[in-house]
Amino acid sequence: MTHPADRTDLDALIACPRCDALYKVREPAHRERAVCARCHHVLIAPRRGAGAQIVAVALTVVVLVVAATIFPFLEVSVGGATNASSILDAALAFSGSGLFLLLALAVAALIVVIPVTRALLVIYVIAPLVFDRRPLPHASSAFRLSEALRPWSMAEIFAIGCAVALVKVADLATVSLGPAFWMFSVLVVLVVAQDSFLCRYSVWKALEREARPT
Amino acid sequence: MTSAAGQSPPTARDSGLVGCRRCTRVWPIETEVCGRCGHALQSRDPQALQKVWAWWLVGVGCYVPANLYPMLETRTLVDSQDATIVGGAVELALHGNWGIAIVILVASVLIPVGKFLVIAALALGVRYRSGLSERLRHQLHEIVEYIGRWSMIDVFVVAILSSLVQLGTLAAIRPGQASLYFALSVIFTMLSAQAFDSRLIWDTDPAPKPAAPAERSPA
Repeated sequence: MTHPADRTDLDALIACPRCDALYKVREPAHRERAVCARCHHVLIAPRRGAGAQIVAVALTVVVLVVAATIFPFLEVSVGGATNASSILDAALAFSGSGLFLLLALAVAALIVVIPVTRALLVIYVIAPLVFDRRPLPHASSAFRLSEALRPWSMAEIFAIGCAVALVKVADLATVSLGPAFWMFSVLVVLVVAQDSFLCRYSVWKALEREARPT
Repeated sequence: MTSAAGQSPPTARDSGLVGCRRCTRVWPIETEVCGRCGHALQSRDPQALQKVWAWWLVGVGCYVPANLYPMLETRTLVDSQDATIVGGAVELALHGNWGIAIVILVASVLIPVGKFLVIAALALGVRYRSGLSERLRHQLHEIVEYIGRWSMIDVFVVAILSSLVQLGTLAAIRPGQASLYFALSVIFTMLSAQAFDSRLIWDTDPAPKPAAPAERSPA
């Protein structure tokens, strides 16, 4: 099948996942980025100390999502009647008959379950690397799952949705913002920051290096 | 990354290799599973376009009822009304809320329809040599992948409104049938865009015939 010599050489190559261009890896310096010359996809973007930052941010995300799920995030009042709604309420707004129940579950997954799962997976994978330990079992599967879930983590979209809903209700009733609204706003910034700090190439490289029996 | 400008770099496939789309590790082309991350490897999926079209069709199919059924059922003391996506926007515009009406029309009509057209154009462009440059088509695909998730905002707004506006007899909002179809349409369109392999845009050469396993004799 493969020549043993090829195998070591392949380690020094990188294929752009978006356009298949093949490059010899030349690791960029701290805060520099290696970009595909053809399609401009960012291939490598290492940052020193990013690991600890990412773990810290992921922990914050978990705490915030759990807290934001419980506290009310918007409150309306009109003519003396008030109603406060938490994120869980919003997700379960659809819970009616059969198909709507599915939609309720999907919404809950997109705005709460998947963001939390991603944060937990990232902690699981990266925390050992930060402390120079061997990766935990199945770390590469965990990181792969976390990456696959990335487009489906929609906490930040939900936060913008809150703003739109605010405008729509404004002429129907008086709206006030609950504590969870602000937690979610912070969360949006954190999720975006986390994705831009994370250099996938560095993580895969580290997992590969650490997993190798010595 | 070194590459002469203006000249296309060698691809993994040209070099008899396959790159992992998840972790960018390179393997001999016959490798089936990435040894670093465990992702399934395939230099080019011969069925990629079929998958794109399959998801695309269900996505478009769901978008039709999403526009026919009401998105929101609003009930207040004085009246109750069902609003479709376009109907709701027109209503807002008539009340003088032009800004929001335009935002809604862009987010729920222009962007979804634009996504359908772009994905179809990309898939057709692979089959029948597109006149558009590779760079442009690649950028279009990235935009569609990026924007796709944001269409979910409509469904979230419906969820927020109908959980929030539950004020007994004074006012109540309930999600309409269309919210379900709209959510499905967004999800299917996202899957369609994900199924599209952007590497196909850059493959100007026809795919090499898959070598029979026997030809790849063990060393």
